[in-house]
Amino acid sequence: MSDLQSPTTDTATAPGKATSSPPTEATAGGDQPTATRRRSLLPSSTLLRHLLLLALGAVATVVILEITDPFTNSQLATLSYYAIAAGGLTVLTGMNGQISLGHGALMAVGAYTTALFLSAEEPPPLPLILLAAIVVATAVGALVGVAAARLHGPYLAGATLALAVGLPGLAIYFHDWLGGEQGMRVRAPRAPEAFDSFISTVSGNSATNTKWLAYVGAICLLITYFLLANLVRSRVGRTWRAVRDQEVAAELAGINLGAWRVLAFTVSAAAAGLAGGVLALVVRLAAPSGFTLVLSLSLLTAIVIGGLGSLLGALLGSALLVFLPPFVTDLGAGWGLDNTEAAQLAPFVYGVVLIVAMIFAPAGFIGTLRMRWLTSRAKRSAARSSGG
Amino acid sequence: MTDARTHGSTAVTTTGGTATAPALLEIEGLTSSYGPVRALDGVSLSAEAGRITAVLGANGAGKTTLLRTVSGLVRCSAGRVTLGGEDITSAPVEAMVGKGMAHVPEGRGVIAELTVDENLRVGSLFRGKVGREEFDRVYDLFPRIAERRDQPAHVLSGGERQMLVIGRALIAKPRILLLDEPSLGLAPRIVAQIFGLLRHLVDTEGLSVLLVEQNARSALSVADVGVVLNLGRVVVTDSARTLMGDEDLRHAYLGF
Amino acid sequence: MQQFINVTLTGLTEGMVYAAFALALVLIWRSTRIVNFAQGSMAAATAFIALALIQAGWSYWAALVVALVSGFVMGAVIERVVVRRVEGGPELNAVIVTLGLFVAIQAGIAIVFGSSFQSFPTPFGLQGFQVGDNRIAFTPTSLYVIGAVLVTMGLLVALFRFTRVGLAMRASAFGQEVARLLGVRVGRMLTLGWGLAAVVGSLAGLLIAGGEFIYPAYMDSLIVFGFVAAVLGGLDSPIGAVVGGLILGLALSYVSGYVPRGSALVNVSALVILMVVLLVRPGGLFASSTARRA
Repeated sequence: MSDLQSPTTDTATAPGKATSSPPTEATAGGDQPTATRRRSLLPSSTLLRHLLLLALGAVATVVILEITDPFTNSQLATLSYYAIAAGGLTVLTGMNGQISLGHGALMAVGAYTTALFLSAEEPPPLPLILLAAIVVATAVGALVGVAAARLHGPYLAGATLALAVGLPGLAIYFHDWLGGEQGMRVRAPRAPEAFDSFISTVSGNSATNTKWLAYVGAICLLITYFLLANLVRSRVGRTWRAVRDQEVAAELAGINLGAWRVLAFTVSAAAAGLAGGVLALVVRLAAPSGFTLVLSLSLLTAIVIGGLGSLLGALLGSALLVFLPPFVTDLGAGWGLDNTEAAQLAPFVYGVVLIVAMIFAPAGFIGTLRMRWLTSRAKRSAARSSGG
Repeated sequence: MTDARTHGSTAVTTTGGTATAPALLEIEGLTSSYGPVRALDGVSLSAEAGRITAVLGANGAGKTTLLRTVSGLVRCSAGRVTLGGEDITSAPVEAMVGKGMAHVPEGRGVIAELTVDENLRVGSLFRGKVGREEFDRVYDLFPRIAERRDQPAHVLSGGERQMLVIGRALIAKPRILLLDEPSLGLAPRIVAQIFGLLRHLVDTEGLSVLLVEQNARSALSVADVGVVLNLGRVVVTDSARTLMGDEDLRHAYLGF
Repeated sequence: MQQFINVTLTGLTEGMVYAAFALALVLIWRSTRIVNFAQGSMAAATAFIALALIQAGWSYWAALVVALVSGFVMGAVIERVVVRRVEGGPELNAVIVTLGLFVAIQAGIAIVFGSSFQSFPTPFGLQGFQVGDNRIAFTPTSLYVIGAVLVTMGLLVALFRFTRVGLAMRASAFGQEVARLLGVRVGRMLTLGWGLAAVVGSLAGLLIAGGEFIYPAYMDSLIVFGFVAAVLGGLDSPIGAVVGGLILGLALSYVSGYVPRGSALVNVSALVILMVVLLVRPGGLFASSTARRA
């Protein structure tokens, strides 16, 4: 139990760990534009700036999770695992130029690992379980990454597609262990007492299990994005971009392209594993039907909308994955579609979004907005300098 | 020395100093760019019927861009191209061969996956049914590729490839042939053979050729008229013989 | 021995379908350098069109023809309206566009035709032929499947080898710029190529559906198998795609026939085969030499 307390106390004392709030992240996580505009207000060190954003995100998380109803809380829990996976994928695809349709399968690895540990008589503490989910998914991801590093474009897409379609079959083959088609029920661990007292102190709301899982998801999300943001701004991130944009130059500079690609795939697999673990907790089930190709393609949609490579974009894209389906399903019901038909409107929209984005705004919506903003700023400053 | 840097001038070809009737291919003030780089800057020249007009100049002078702009592969931002009096400046690439212009691009453009015979047949596609005797005529001109007509084109040597693409262009029965660096990478003996054949076709069948070459010596030895390009502009237009005799010019722009 | 024969025959029949589907991918790949991940969804859409017609009382054959024609139209329209805009651009963009088509069409099928499992008819029997005392796992439907694929391949060979359009299509695929300079309407040829490929893909989808249940995502595995088969053959070679399809069909049939509960391992086996080929012979099993690319 004491182990379970550590994340909670972290949140309480050093409010450095939680957000699933799109609006706050929008201002807080918008690295480039906000950072440039308000350079004077933010610390100049990247690490300090990210720490500050992390703290802001944590505060925002608590505020948002406490002012919203339980249903929204559970939606935000869903958002957290989508965003964790999309964050990893955007680093891979956006930063390093590799595509993966296999992240749904890597999430399955994390989810099944979590489910297996939680089905034990005496489950280990939750952070350890999630760590195990990360480790196993990372190992699988490294294996796939070694193969993927030699592939590009359509070959890589096809290979990871085969992964997405093939891997869930193992759950059916090993049905004694992994529950076959029905999957494994997940007993989510109960919230520690400290969580109850924290919630009652902060808002007086009841500390339900749903709320607890939303906090778990948010904490994982904040930690993931904090680490990814630092990684992206570090020498590692710069090397990834060099591998993506200047393949030949990077190779001439003595950079081992393959090793860096494997590293990118591994990092992003780690995020997918954690996302899978959170998914298992939130959905309370790990089953093959939860990890279809559509899941992988949804993640791709999220990062494409977000502009490939922007963590903020990945977060906003993930928010779309959560909040768009109920919206379009209602819309479909209004047009006289039955439930199962209306439920397909969301993937339909994802597909259309992928096509439209690639044709009209390949930089993604965030990227396009950013470009517009930079262009208009450049124009303004040009006008100013020519005027003066 | 004719300074043709004057934009939009009619730039009538000076063949032995006498101005003639409007030429077969007229290029006036042609300008085109790759992004911010202006590759052609108001190029004017003309290629007369029944003659070989050689466009010369160093690497990057704009020779290849000139041909690509004339045939529509690169869109021009200004200027005009007329073929036999018809304005073809904005005609689509696919229509050029039907209007009588055959462009053999740089690097020859053999379709390696097709057989030699299929390559020739592609050249005839736009004309509808083409009699076997026309193919036989090309094979007579180039016996070396006739031997290999059923082999895939990727087995051909460089010289054979050049013969194949010229033959393929001839199947289209062009009024003017645009040739981009046919001598590139070929042994001097093969170059002489190909240029000799071009000369023969021009003299006996009234073919017209606009030839782009970096190998100025060979090109001028076969051409009637030479046009020297430098940095996207025409520096000199004169008869091939005069250009050959102008030592300063050769040193400055032609490198021999 | 009996089992070996049965497993082999099943493998060959399914391999023919994979071969046809791989062929559709190869046709598009070699003309536009795009792997059409939407091929499966497109084929599924035509299968649902055929099923709707059959349920409305049409004959199987009339429905088949309409389905193939609608496949052609769909392929051509998609190339002209959507794919044309990303052709020749960054390869990732084209990949994402075909994936978008994949999801959108699949969801579209579910919206229009529903997501439930529906049985798809076959014009021939599903009972194995009698050989001596044994009934083998080779049915009149298997024969139809193999025959249909062979006839289609024959027609394609004839088209590409002996017709002017076929020559123009090949020229457009292998030398776009040269073909344009020679007056070939390359754009039209690419559209035609996508249409033809969609017909072949649709045929594969209709054949694999015969006597089985279909649902909007029933082609998901086939897109993987088709891709693996095409990569086995080198992605560029139609003959390679056919051989790759047969090899994959046999391999997967042996896995599912000899490994206990192997049918759950079929998709994973395809993944393993793909990985091994990509790592050991990225050019495909039959990559003759790199000179071909020169």
